[in-house]
This record gives sequence, C-alpha cells and structure tokens, in this order.
Amino acid sequence: MQEPSGVKSPLLDVQGLSVSFATDRGRVKAIDDISFKVSEGEVLAIVGESGSGKSVTLMSLLGLNDPKTTYVDGAVAFRGRHLLELPDRELRRLRGKEIGLISQDPMTALTPVYTIGWQIAEQIRAHENVSQSAALKRAVELLAAVGLPNPDEAKDRYPHQLSGGMRQRAVIAMAISCNPKLLVADEPTTALDVTVQAQVLDLLLRLRDDFGSAIILITHDMGVVAEVADRVHVMYAGRIVEKGTAEEIFERPMHPYTWGLMASIPPIDGPRLSRLPSIPGMPPTPEAIPVGCAFAPRCRFSRAACAEPPPKRREGDHIVLCVLEAEERERLRAAVLGQAVAA
Amino acid sequence: MIEAARTAQSPLISARDLTKHFTVGKTMRPGSGRTVHAVEDVTLDVHRGETVGLVGESGSGKSTLGRCMTRLYDPTSGSLVFDGDDITRTGERGLLPVRRRMQMIFQDPSASLNPRRRVRDLVGDAVRVHGIRKGRAVDDWLRELMDIVGLRAEYLDRYPHEFSGGQRQRIGIARALAVEPELIVADEPVSALDVSVQAQIVNLFSELRERLNLTYVFIAHDLAVVRQVSTRVAVMYLGALVEIGETESLYARPHHPYTEALLSAVPQARNRGKRNRIILEGEIPSPLDPPKGCKFSTRCPFAKERCHTERPRLLPAGPGHSVACHYPIGSGGA
Repeated sequence: MQEPSGVKSPLLDVQGLSVSFATDRGRVKAIDDISFKVSEGEVLAIVGESGSGKSVTLMSLLGLNDPKTTYVDGAVAFRGRHLLELPDRELRRLRGKEIGLISQDPMTALTPVYTIGWQIAEQIRAHENVSQSAALKRAVELLAAVGLPNPDEAKDRYPHQLSGGMRQRAVIAMAISCNPKLLVADEPTTALDVTVQAQVLDLLLRLRDDFGSAIILITHDMGVVAEVADRVHVMYAGRIVEKGTAEEIFERPMHPYTWGLMASIPPIDGPRLSRLPSIPGMPPTPEAIPVGCAFAPRCRFSRAACAEPPPKRREGDHIVLCVLEAEERERLRAAVLGQAVAA
Repeated sequence: MIEAARTAQSPLISARDLTKHFTVGKTMRPGSGRTVHAVEDVTLDVHRGETVGLVGESGSGKSTLGRCMTRLYDPTSGSLVFDGDDITRTGERGLLPVRRRMQMIFQDPSASLNPRRRVRDLVGDAVRVHGIRKGRAVDDWLRELMDIVGLRAEYLDRYPHEFSGGQRQRIGIARALAVEPELIVADEPVSALDVSVQAQIVNLFSELRERLNLTYVFIAHDLAVVRQVSTRVAVMYLGALVEIGETESLYARPHHPYTEALLSAVPQARNRGKRNRIILEGEIPSPLDPPKGCKFSTRCPFAKERCHTERPRLLPAGPGHSVACHYPIGSGGA
C-alpha cells in the first residue's frame, strides 16, 4: 500500500457514529452522533465514567458488537477503507494485523488452556505465512520487548501462572505482534497497581515512538490521560462533550463535566481539601438520556437553555457542547477549579 | 495536640508483631504444604478518632492485616489488643461484644450484599443480632441510618440490584454503622466506584468520622484517596510495614525508597509531565518465598550488601514517623 506523503490524512476517521441496542424496552441509543480522527503516531484519550459509551464506541469500530442486536450508523474510515461496510472476512484480516486491541481484563483476553507463547504465535500465524517455530521465536522477542523477565521461559507459562502486570504485558505483546498501525487500549491499566501501571504506560509510549503506531486510550483516570495523551475527548452519556489537545483540556477545560472530573480527584501534594468537590447524582442510563444537555441534571450551572440540545462552541480546535459563553465560562471555571488550574 | 491525646489514651486497637501465614498446596499431611507469608511482624497502634490509611500494592498484605484486626482471620502469632482486652485468641462467643464495636466495609458492594434480601433485612439483621434496638425502635433506627448515609428511607424495601454502585456502597456503610461501632475497617471502599461518585463516598467517610466519633482503618491502593481521608498512613510491602507517619510528612518527605517510588508512580492531572517518575524494575516477589533481608531489597535502587542479609526493623525517624530501612532517604546515611 502506498503512503500518501506530505498530505496528512488521518489514520482513522470516524464521522457521525451512532450506536443503538435492541432491548426489551425497544431501541436504546448508547452512542449519539460522535466524530473523531486519529493521526499516525498520536495518542488519543477518550475519557468518561462507566456507562458513558467509550467501550461501545471502540467495539463498534472494530465490528465486535453482536450484529443481531446492535445498530451502527455513520462512517468509519481506516486508511481509506470503510470499516463498517467491510465483510467479516476482510475485517478479520484487519483486526489483529493493522488494528491491535488491548482489553481491560487480561485474564479474559487470554485463554487459560494454552501457554502465552502459543497464543501469541497463533495470532502471528493467523495473519502471516510463517512457520510455527518462526512464530514462536517472534513471540519470545515480543515478550522481551514488553519487558517480561526471562521471555524464553515465560513463553511456556499459562496465564494463571503470571501476575496481573505480566499478563497485561502478554496481551500487549499479542496486540503489537503484527506491528499494527493503530492500537486500541480499553482501560489497559485499570486492573494494575500504580507501579506496574507506570511501567505499562511507559511501554505504550515507547511503542508509539518505536513503531509510530497511533493509540486510542480509553480510561476514566484523568491522571493517566495527563501522562500520555496528545489529544483528549471527554465522553458523557454517549456524546463527546469536549475535545481538544491535552494541553487545552488540562489548562483551559471548557465543559462543567470536565471541571467536575478534574476537581473530584484528590491532589497528592499541596494543601489538603476539607471536602472533595464531587459531582452530585450519577450518570443517566441510556434509556433516560435527556434530549437537551445530558449533564444538565447534575450540573451546578444548568439553566433553562440546557433543555435544548447544547450548541457547539469552539476556540480553534478546542470544541465543547455547552451553552456557557466564553466570559461566564472563565468565571465559573475559576470558581470550580480555583488554584488547581493555576498550579 | 494529637501527641498529647496519644499519651493520655491507650490505643483503641493495637497489634503487636502480628503475623498471618497461610498454607497452600498439600495440606492433608501436616507440615507438607508451603507457607504464604501474608503478614509478618506488623506492629500498629490505632488511636481513637484517627484514620490510619493502609496502602500498598496488591499482594502487600494490607487486606489480610485488616481482616486479622477484625478477627475475620485468626492471626498466626503476635497479639491483638482491642481497648485493653487481648482478643488474639478469643473464641466466637467472646468476640460477639467486640464485633459489635468494630465493623468492616468491603470493596465490592455488589458482592457483599445478598441479592435476595431487601435493604431492610441486610442492614436490620445486625441490629437484631446485637440487640442494638428493640421492637419499634428498630425501624426508626433503620430510617435514621439511611438518612445518615444519604439515602431515602423508602429505599429500605428495595433489593441491592435496584441501586447504583455508589448507592450500594452507602448501604454497605449503613450496615457497618447499624451496630454503632467505634472502629471501622474499610477495605478498598471506593476503588470500585466512578471518580465522580468516589468523591461523594470519600466525603461521606469524612463527615461520618466527625459526626459519629469513628476511628477508621482505611485500606486502599489509591494514594491520593488515602491522603484525602487519613491522619496517619502506613505503607506495606510484601507483608511488612515499611513506613508509617503523619499523612502530611509521609507524603512530603517519604523516608523509605519504596514509598518514594510508589508516590512518584501516581499519575496526576496536575503538574503534567513535570514530575520525575521512579519506575521500579520487576514485580513484587512471591510471598511464598520472600527475600531474606529487607523485603524490598530485590527491587530497591539503593540496596547494599547489608540489605540482602539483614531485615531492617521499624525505627523512629522523626516525630510520629517510623521507617524500616537501613539507609532511609534524607538521613544522610545513604
């Protein structure tokens, strides 16, 4: 395939993606008209709480939802090919080769009845015409690349014989086995301890630098986002409510939900707060998403206008779905985040 | 002030050289299994009104220690004194009055609530078993409890599945509070919750401490949350207490290399990219076969000869601060 040189076309281009599920109570919309792009060598973080639709988004991109109960609309272009229209056969060829998936729970991503070396080799052989022994050799190299001690010995281990961090590395080794152009990581560090999390995040960034892969990182942890992301999309109730570069999102967040997310993380240094600013209530279920701004019921600054679908406001490429006007927004943000942002 | 109170009062619960071993593998023949050294020689005093945060990675033994302190596990050796009474070997019957005074809150609110029982029964059972209230008063007390944890009284007749994660954790808290305990051991009470809800529950913990005069042992792996709620923090590694100190001083000036690495690994939204992360090599060793000397010596960037042979003891390193390290950071010894 020819690389378009000079012209920076996005690796992945998602336009107007909507996903709904068939349930007992009729069709429920989980994702409502979201669009985003990922360029080569870029780390895009999608942030949101459970139920915000971030995993559903990824699964639909990869065609991993049950087609009987899921309705997917919109256009997804990956290197110029329309993923949603590809037949299963071709999609299977793409997944694992050009798009690697790192799932949240490494225990369910690995089968317990084969050694991890075997599983990685199988993944390689599914996509490339190599011998079993050559594939196994590659598996060992990959295990070494992700920092597993004694890779030659580790390849003969079964998943249950490995610790959580080692298992996650094995999953990452499998995801990168065919040098994918795009790595999709669904909460890759949530199940891990902080020290191991730091190792795994470092590894992901190194992969980006060494292979130039793009990474979509799904997480609910603003701290992780701050460490690794180039651009950040904040999701709430199936919509992207704010998007911008990491710098924009952390220095000048525009959506009250983003403020709430940042404020509710206790600081690890500086003065201790007597009370954590929390967001009252909880996210809506997909059946109960209001027509207007979905965050309005929990928003301190909601007003009558919030009952209407929120307008798109932008500062350059920094886009937010919120009625607040620039001036008022500055004032309210200072009230919520105070010196947290100034620091 | 805290110092004065400490000398004037004996600790509410006090563990001396508390050790818990588990036997795994072949257990049919005595002495043939292998021993997991889950908690080893932990000495910890918890005073009235304070919150001791217990932090460490998975496998550090923090949950096991919490469960030994509430006597859900029987300690292998060492002693446990609750409000002046030795309860290390007390039998179930003798423990009943003690159990009323200390309660536990668990990590997974969906797994710790029986799905087939209503909130009224889940919370009310403890009230009846311990005879906290009688007859009509039980119902009034249940309503009051719901109010304390911020739930509506009508919810008493609902089942656990009808609640969100945060609400379920509130029910777990209500159940612990039902017997009017003095000590609450909370094992990862907020780690299963979303960040925005987590902040609500963390605040609830702080409010309840003031309002009901509670003492907490707060077990968590999230160092930021622990800093928010704790007055003192104890750091565990592979079953041993490696450092303990007042929250502010421990976070600002950690003395143990492990504490320092742990703190540096916490991703922070603030100070983006400006921090110096210390990446520890390797993994926590197996508690089946812990290192001979200092348990951290296999991963410690500063380990010397002595660290591999001699196990350091927990020694004072400043006011209200103790550390188990031969060459603590900032002592000038390293």
